[in-house]
Amino acid sequence: MSQESKQLQETARKAVDIKNVGNFVLNNALIILMVIAAIYIAIINPNFLTTGSIINIISQTAAYLPAALGIGGCIVLTGTDLSAGRIVGLTACISASLLQSTLNMANKMWPEIGALPVFVVIPLVMLVGAAIGAFNGFFVAKFKLHPFIVTLGTQLIVYTMLLIYVTLGNNNGMAIANLDKSYTDFVKGPLFSVGDIAVPRYVLYAVILTAIMWFIWNKTTFGKNMFALGSNEEAAKVSGVNVFATTVLVFALAGAMYGFTGFIEGARVASNTANTGFNYELDAIAACVIGGVSFVGGIGKISGIVIGVLMLRLIFIGLNMIPGMNQNFFYLIKGAIILFACALDMRKYLTKK
Amino acid sequence: MEGTALLEMRGISKEFPGVKALDNVSLTVRPGTVHALMGENGAGKSTLMKCLFGIYSKDSGTIVLDGKEVDFKSSKEALENGVAMVHQELNQALTRSVQDNLWLGRYPTVGGIMVSEGAMRKKTREIFNDLAVEVDPSAIMRTLPVSKRQMVEIAKAVSYHSKVIVFDEPTSSLTETEVEHLFRIINMLRDQGCGIIYISHKMEEILRISDEVTIMRDGTWVATRPAKDLTMEEIIKLMVGRELTNRFPPKNNEPGEVILDVEHLSGKYTRLKDASFQLRKGEVLGIAGLDGSGRTEVLENLFGAMTKESGTIRLHGREIHNRSPRESIKNGFALLTEERRATGIFGIRDIQENTVISNLKNYLVGGICLSNKKMAEDTAWSIQAMHIKTPSQSTQIRSLSGGNQQKVIIGRWLLTKPEVLLLDEPTRGIDVGAKYEIYQLILNLAEEGKGVIMVSSEMPELLGVCDRILVMSGGRVAGEVDAKNTSQEEILTLAAKYV
Repeated sequence: MSQESKQLQETARKAVDIKNVGNFVLNNALIILMVIAAIYIAIINPNFLTTGSIINIISQTAAYLPAALGIGGCIVLTGTDLSAGRIVGLTACISASLLQSTLNMANKMWPEIGALPVFVVIPLVMLVGAAIGAFNGFFVAKFKLHPFIVTLGTQLIVYTMLLIYVTLGNNNGMAIANLDKSYTDFVKGPLFSVGDIAVPRYVLYAVILTAIMWFIWNKTTFGKNMFALGSNEEAAKVSGVNVFATTVLVFALAGAMYGFTGFIEGARVASNTANTGFNYELDAIAACVIGGVSFVGGIGKISGIVIGVLMLRLIFIGLNMIPGMNQNFFYLIKGAIILFACALDMRKYLTKK
Repeated sequence: MEGTALLEMRGISKEFPGVKALDNVSLTVRPGTVHALMGENGAGKSTLMKCLFGIYSKDSGTIVLDGKEVDFKSSKEALENGVAMVHQELNQALTRSVQDNLWLGRYPTVGGIMVSEGAMRKKTREIFNDLAVEVDPSAIMRTLPVSKRQMVEIAKAVSYHSKVIVFDEPTSSLTETEVEHLFRIINMLRDQGCGIIYISHKMEEILRISDEVTIMRDGTWVATRPAKDLTMEEIIKLMVGRELTNRFPPKNNEPGEVILDVEHLSGKYTRLKDASFQLRKGEVLGIAGLDGSGRTEVLENLFGAMTKESGTIRLHGREIHNRSPRESIKNGFALLTEERRATGIFGIRDIQENTVISNLKNYLVGGICLSNKKMAEDTAWSIQAMHIKTPSQSTQIRSLSGGNQQKVIIGRWLLTKPEVLLLDEPTRGIDVGAKYEIYQLILNLAEEGKGVIMVSSEMPELLGVCDRILVMSGGRVAGEVDAKNTSQEEILTLAAKYV
């Protein structure tokens, strides 16, 4: 081979390399930008990377993660779920009301029942969430309604249920607080400590749920059916997949995840009102989109959702630490991140003509 | 061809709101035979198969499979009972892997819940080896070319080890080598005693592969005969219900001076390279070539629907750029796209909207308000001039037959008063009878002095309608022939030049 052609080949290879690097940067632009932002914040405010701050970021990620894992499945089906936040609110109030301390009966919502064991309450609220999710899924699968419409409707219904619930018993619409120690310990008690800062137990629960969801998405027939359905419903149907059951189950599973989030939030927030959980779905959807769960359908990874939630928390906590940062700009930045993420995502699926 | 029937469909009827899709149709398939099902579009072939496969529920009639009466309520049930189908439209989960698609709906599991990837991979390899299909089982579906995806679909149908396998137009996206491959697979299945139902529009294929042929027309059974007793002419006669003496209308157009001059046209993201040609006033220029040869790309690059890399376009000697469809329409171009359903019609909108959509600025009163009267007038003109059969202007276009839909779109473009019409497969998916009318329309346009460039994969059509034919091969112009003095052999030789 002549010197010249070798050189030519070399140039061609470099061109390809540069193109690949360019693609890599674009495909991961959001994460790269967020890492840059995190580094910037760490430089201007050294407190950002202290043990306490990092544990705070991890804890918040763990708190928001289950709802995002649930909603991720709905997005894989090219849908969404606007009822997530209200389900979190309802299940948080139910959890809190059933786990109030018996030491102060006067303020107890249900004085006639003591504080139930947490292992009764967890399945109960997950069932409540799953039932509402199944209701969503039923309307989506049976009447072929878009999940946006269905869940727009159910979130109002669930909100009403929530408003009524907080007026029941002795409560009269007050915040549900005064929680039993067994509950707060189970959720917020120390898992282990780094220095003198404790990592709360719910981080462990989020890890367990993530593992379970990873297994469901990647290793079970249900998971594979879900992706196939999101990718091409007709193909799934003619291949003998039970489209109805799969859809209902995806929404029910999401509902169970919101139920668990509600259980955690109940203790985390400690003082629960009808506003608990409000707008949680928006953060969850944003996290999924940032993590590459595509609205095109049939695409998404659990690891992506974890990264998405983490990135979003990192930025929010970070923004709070920028001196002189106007709170009002948080929403602008959130909005910009969502638009940017979606635009980058679509770029992957467009074919150039 | 002895032996009892493997599958017997008797007196099947199916009615959709306002349409009798199937009227007392019967079909008998013997084991170890290939039974071809033929008929024009809308004759009811696919509907009949969907009734068999549990996608539609039949209104009346009986289906007997292997001596037992069956009535499948879902595809799942059909598959479990030994009936598999290769669907006309590729029904695949494109974001998933080949093996995930292959075993969709019946994943091998451990303990009923967990999918066994290992077993799946092993079974996929076995089937691909048996059928000599060369596809990576873990490749993501969307990264494969359409023909490979079709082969996966075929392998999938075979993998059910079904007694009856339905092939609904399996070769529409296959190359010639792959068609041969498919025929070897079908012969193998036949030797194993399967009953094959084969739906196709390609007569040569039907006569080659099938043992028996059933012909349907307008939702009714017309005839069932041994394939060896049939000729192409007879099949057409049975399908159309009358003899088609002339497949093409007489040609009276006279090409005049050159109006369009294209030099060194290349696509940026396509394989089109260095295409040069001219078009005369009143001429029909055909473009021939195999699938993927760059036929469509010539039109779409010329029209600005695809990005050009280089090349010059001159209209009446003046250079134009056609950077986007909008610009091209202003320059007097019109493009009838290949995929009518995907990129031609607005299915749920009515005839009027579909007619006026490319020409809206001509109906503006005072610059803002669209005049219903003017739109109705132009639509009425189009319906009359194109001989469109429709109950009214406010009928949804998707309820018309393919031929009538195509006429609506041709009418749409004529309203923009184009000088150059680019037609991509203008008769695809259109009944034999309606094709004649489309040919007539094309020739009338040429007679009126328009320049027409027409891409087609049907050689007789190009020979019957065009004046000159440009043959594409491997993204380049392989040659140009005079339609009167050429043969299918010459065109095919040119088409294979750069493959």
